[in-house]
Amino acid sequence: MNCDLEICNPVEPFLRSERMPHIWCPGCGIGTTVNCFARALVESGLDLDRVVVVSGIGCTGRVAGYMALDSFHTTHGRAIPFATGLKLANPELTVVVYSGDGDLFAIGGNHIIHAARRNIDLKVVCVNNLIYAMTGGQTAPTTPIGALTTTTPYGCFEPSFNLPALMDSAGASYVARWTAYHVRQLTRSMKEILTKKGFSFIEVLSPCPTLYQRKNKLGDGLDAMKLYKEKSKTRHGTSTLEVPLTSEGEIVVGKFVDRERPDYLDLMRGRLTEQLGERYVEMEHPVCQ
Amino acid sequence: MRADPKGVLTGIHFLDGDHAACEGALAAGARFAAGYPITPSTEIVERFSARIPTVGGVFIQMEDELAASIAILGAVWGGAKAFTVTSGPGFSLMMEHIGFAAMTETPCVFMNVQRGGPSTGLPTLPAQADMMQARWGSHGDYAIIALCPNSPQECFDLAIRSFNLAEQYRVPVMLMMDECVGHMTEKVVIPPAGEIDIYPRRHTTKPPAEYKPYASDGDLVPEMVHAGEGYRFHITGLTHDERGYPSLTVGTQDRLVKRLSRKIAAAADRLACYEEDRVEDADVIVVSYGITSRVAQRAVEMAQNRGIKVGRCRLITVWPFPETRIRALAARARAFVVPELNLGQISLEVERSAAGRARTILVPHAGGGVHRPEDILDAILEATR
Repeated sequence: MNCDLEICNPVEPFLRSERMPHIWCPGCGIGTTVNCFARALVESGLDLDRVVVVSGIGCTGRVAGYMALDSFHTTHGRAIPFATGLKLANPELTVVVYSGDGDLFAIGGNHIIHAARRNIDLKVVCVNNLIYAMTGGQTAPTTPIGALTTTTPYGCFEPSFNLPALMDSAGASYVARWTAYHVRQLTRSMKEILTKKGFSFIEVLSPCPTLYQRKNKLGDGLDAMKLYKEKSKTRHGTSTLEVPLTSEGEIVVGKFVDRERPDYLDLMRGRLTEQLGERYVEMEHPVCQ
Repeated sequence: MRADPKGVLTGIHFLDGDHAACEGALAAGARFAAGYPITPSTEIVERFSARIPTVGGVFIQMEDELAASIAILGAVWGGAKAFTVTSGPGFSLMMEHIGFAAMTETPCVFMNVQRGGPSTGLPTLPAQADMMQARWGSHGDYAIIALCPNSPQECFDLAIRSFNLAEQYRVPVMLMMDECVGHMTEKVVIPPAGEIDIYPRRHTTKPPAEYKPYASDGDLVPEMVHAGEGYRFHITGLTHDERGYPSLTVGTQDRLVKRLSRKIAAAADRLACYEEDRVEDADVIVVSYGITSRVAQRAVEMAQNRGIKVGRCRLITVWPFPETRIRALAARARAFVVPELNLGQISLEVERSAAGRARTILVPHAGGGVHRPEDILDAILEATR
């Protein structure tokens, strides 16, 4: 794709334009986050041949397929362990996991807490639309109490996860939350995690007008933007225990955690070098040609 | 090409099958393994975790078998040869990624040291009851290769062959061991690296502009690239076209799924590997595999001592099933006797391949031990009546 024309979208070179139109609904926030991600890539200065996007299954799981990068659309919930193997086999890659709340925290919940614990150098973007959208609007571990979904026709009564607190307590090096309204802040956070070492996590609240909002009479995509604008409070560095999402309360956004921890490969190399000395051999890349 | 000497522990060893399988993987060039502990397979990754830091590679113990079975696929796309190891309950969890590996044509090896099932079953005791699961366990139509060793030496040899076939056909290959073979200790000869043939990865030589991840170009097996090489390629478990892009149409499904099956079906006769003895003039042929073949050998000798014309055919390749060979044997022998540590799995394939030209007599065993040779002998005697 070239951008020689006078009018050109600067993110176009990052998209597989031959795959457009995409599957996302009007008013959906996923495309907005992809736009932010593309801008973050531009600003990061990274060699794009070495940036890989790994997605699971779901609406956000389709992100990998639209990015003009090496990309893997894996199985439901398993983007994180796939990305773990990829990163360990070739540590020179910048591995981004881009997936949804159901994929990462329901079916993939076990994997994400262990990746955070290990501090594997993965950059995780979780688009949280509060519902299973691809399958038609079922309840998720992020669905607020009282919300209507196709599998909670009398309102959701299960408590939901506070994703930043979960990632913080599991050991993530970087934890932030933004909404699809906060495009500049989100872009900045994405740029930060692209060069941050260790397990990094960004939750992005995103509208789902077709399912979540329609079921709950919450208007369209623009109404969601207004809600995000009105209810969001930026509190950098606040305790992640104080940022749960509630149906009525404010949406606390910001960068909550940014700490230095040795990542998995540092720990592995350190221990093995200490124990084995010169007998320790690094893996060659690529191992087989 | 020849094996990388760094992974080859050349010499004469006294090893159990699990340890020998690990050495086979290292000799084949495996530099990444992900696993989850499960008896009776764990010794394979225990040895790998001890050996790999001085060979140059990574072992990671994942949080479950779902994770282990896809971490290896990530590692393959990162450029490594990779495998995982498990037993029954873990094998059940790995089915998801056997399907994903088959669909995305990711070369990889799954080692299953079989134990008694169903469910938790008999953790420390043998069975051969995952043979159909190995072939059919993930949903949808696909094909895989499965090999069955009957000694620690063969665990080593067939581990290498598993990796080579995985690379040649770009399929998951199952090394279907059993608890007895995994835990029996025998002499294992590991040859010099220069005597070990390695099938290299089918890496494309095309530049990115000309490369399509699933263009088969006449050959049924497409060429690969790795992440980070500038190809900007896409891999998905969805039905995909030659570019690797999702294409959810009847036509694309037909072309893709038929090619996935055909690439193995077309090679079935070349892949067939078996060991035979006195089948030429046999009235009865005992067909067996894995540990059961060693018990069957005793039964065959007992029958031969009674003057019965009995031969044996030991299956080394179990999938694709060597049906051409069984069909040929069925034209000569009156009956097949099939002892296996399950209630009838491979016997069904023997019966299907024989297509009525010879009887098939199953000698079932629910697992937890091996057959008594006398039980197999009884079946041989029944076959002669």
